[in-house]
Amino acid sequence: MIRLEKRPSPSKVWTYATPVLAVVLTMLAGGILFAILGKDPLEAIRTIFWDPLFHPQFSGFSRPQLLVKAGPLILIAIGLSMGFRAGIWNIGAEGQYIVGALAGAAAGLALYPSESVLIFPMMVIAGALGGWAWAMIPAILKVQFRTNEILVSLLLVYVAENLLASASVGWLRNPEGGGFPGSRSLSGWDASSNPELIAGTGMHWGVVAGFIAVIFAYVVMSRHLLGYHIQLAGQAPRAARFAGVNPSRLIIMCLGISGALAGLAGLFEVTGPAGQISIDFNAGYGFTAIIVAFLGRLNPIGILLAGMLMALTYIGGELAQFMLALPAAAIQAFQGMLLFFLLGVDVLSNYRIRIGARETA
Amino acid sequence: MKLKSLLTSAALAAGLATGAAAQDTTTVGFVYVGPVGDGGWTYQHDQGRLAVEAAYGDKVETIFQENVPEGPDSERVMTQMALAGADIIFTTSFGYMDATNAVAARFPDVKFEHATGYKREHPNVATYDARFYEGRAVIGTIAGHMTETNKIGYIASFPIPEVIQGINSSFLHAQKVNPDVEMSVVWVYTWFDPAKEADAANALINNGVDVIMQHTDSTAPQAAAQAANEAGGRVFTFGQASDMSNFAPSPRIASIIDDWAPYYVKRVGMVMDGTWESGHSWGGMPEGEVVIGPITEEVPAAVKAEAEAMIAAITDGSYHPFTGPIMKQDGSVFLAEGEVATDVQLVTMDFYVQGMTGEIPQ
Repeated sequence: MIRLEKRPSPSKVWTYATPVLAVVLTMLAGGILFAILGKDPLEAIRTIFWDPLFHPQFSGFSRPQLLVKAGPLILIAIGLSMGFRAGIWNIGAEGQYIVGALAGAAAGLALYPSESVLIFPMMVIAGALGGWAWAMIPAILKVQFRTNEILVSLLLVYVAENLLASASVGWLRNPEGGGFPGSRSLSGWDASSNPELIAGTGMHWGVVAGFIAVIFAYVVMSRHLLGYHIQLAGQAPRAARFAGVNPSRLIIMCLGISGALAGLAGLFEVTGPAGQISIDFNAGYGFTAIIVAFLGRLNPIGILLAGMLMALTYIGGELAQFMLALPAAAIQAFQGMLLFFLLGVDVLSNYRIRIGARETA
Repeated sequence: MKLKSLLTSAALAAGLATGAAAQDTTTVGFVYVGPVGDGGWTYQHDQGRLAVEAAYGDKVETIFQENVPEGPDSERVMTQMALAGADIIFTTSFGYMDATNAVAARFPDVKFEHATGYKREHPNVATYDARFYEGRAVIGTIAGHMTETNKIGYIASFPIPEVIQGINSSFLHAQKVNPDVEMSVVWVYTWFDPAKEADAANALINNGVDVIMQHTDSTAPQAAAQAANEAGGRVFTFGQASDMSNFAPSPRIASIIDDWAPYYVKRVGMVMDGTWESGHSWGGMPEGEVVIGPITEEVPAAVKAEAEAMIAAITDGSYHPFTGPIMKQDGSVFLAEGEVATDVQLVTMDFYVQGMTGEIPQ
């Protein structure tokens, strides 16, 4: 008989081993899925995990693209992870991402066509403030009225999507765009563009910000009083209260940081890879970042790696789609498996598997 | 070494692409905004892809990618296709416009064809579109006759000229046969989202609309109408982009089919024999790119005959759906008596015609 026995404290070894195990299980189950679809499973797995990095024809382009795709995921996931650790669930990063992009773009475009070098830094600040302000809505409602931040932040995503739609067909629409939706090109206007910093590397300011956020989160979580409070509040809310943690302040801080980082990610995306405000500019980074945060065990270094892995499955998935004619749905199912197995094998870090009859005392 | 610039790899890929062409295989790429199984817009483009394969057999290889969001992802997908050796890439959604031009700049030897757009910034970019408004005129006529509540619903995607043309064309022709008709427009801001499209259809039905048209890609509005009819309602729809014949004879009473096959076969052939060049193609019923699917028996014979006469007139060029007198919503003159809209007037259309209620979102 197999039974689970709760560990007194989560296993250190399994905490690090489970993500790797989850990836391996995903490859196995995914391979079976691809085989059922009539594709060579080894070739499919190789196309997804290996070709974007090492294929002689594609890797020159796709390796830098990994950073472009991972940058916003890491930036957002870092912010989310701090809240998640404290038990504050910001599910609406997608909305904060949109509002950050809108606020930054609007601040910049208000000064069009100035060529001042101060415009881009100002847009960065406006982007962070936009995301922060959007996250303050669930934060204040939670502090004042004890509303559920999961619902409020999630529903505000849909509000933000409508703001984005009205901006791209209305108040931010390119007056020289012939009536078509979409703002002026932000990447094409020197003062607002967020270009590749070193040609051919994919490195833009958003990726730099992502790396800085990783270091910042690492320092805060391991060295700073705020990090201690966050961990305490997440693990033992009552003890945290006795230790002098102010829950309201913590909610405001955590939602504020995650909102600001999501807003920054949106701003860097809209001025760089996306290039303009358009109706469909948000590509779901805010939601995918939730997966990245958990895949990275809410740990800054883990999130860095998880963000890169997620980006790899996206880019490799695209390659697999047109090289092997795999349907898009199979790739999505494959990505879904990753989270499923991660959560599934998580049981190993909290429980011990015992084989044999229960010992009677 | 490893960090070679993008240009180097692009040049390498261009070399490989030329190598492939020398072996007499032309690789044709397609970038789709929805799934190939959407039963509408993307499905039809994929039918065009299959027609290219059927026409040229071993001489072509086609590759495609579905569900590509209109944003930074599309640029990467196109680049990867170009790197994979595509000789021509069809990008089949309006929102791919800037990405298509950006990638085209980096791959001057690869031909790009962008559907429904207007930007051709490089000599290797062409644009193509179909005169969907011709089909709208026909289904607008049928809708005007079929409605009993005098309320027609329109599920619109984005307020861009192409969509506004369709709304105006169908409303003008519905109004011509039924002066009391009103049209409610719901903007869903998506090309493909079955849930949103179904919500829009249900909202329209609950407001007394009994004929629904759509400018979105899924069959969800058809299914919503079918459910309403099973519950005792009387709602009609039109297949959009594809025939959607699964929903015939009712609620689907006719359809506008986009047939991209003739264009795709022609353009790929031009790449093969080296005569391809940039330009804008805007074909309609005369070219066989816009086709009205079977009109079902739910439609009275007289109405069907009227619709068929209009199809014949548009096809032989004797009738243009935008022929004056046509007034704008604000009462000013758009087209004087007998005047026919120019293509420039059509592609910049940003207003409703007289009689429409509501405003185009700004």
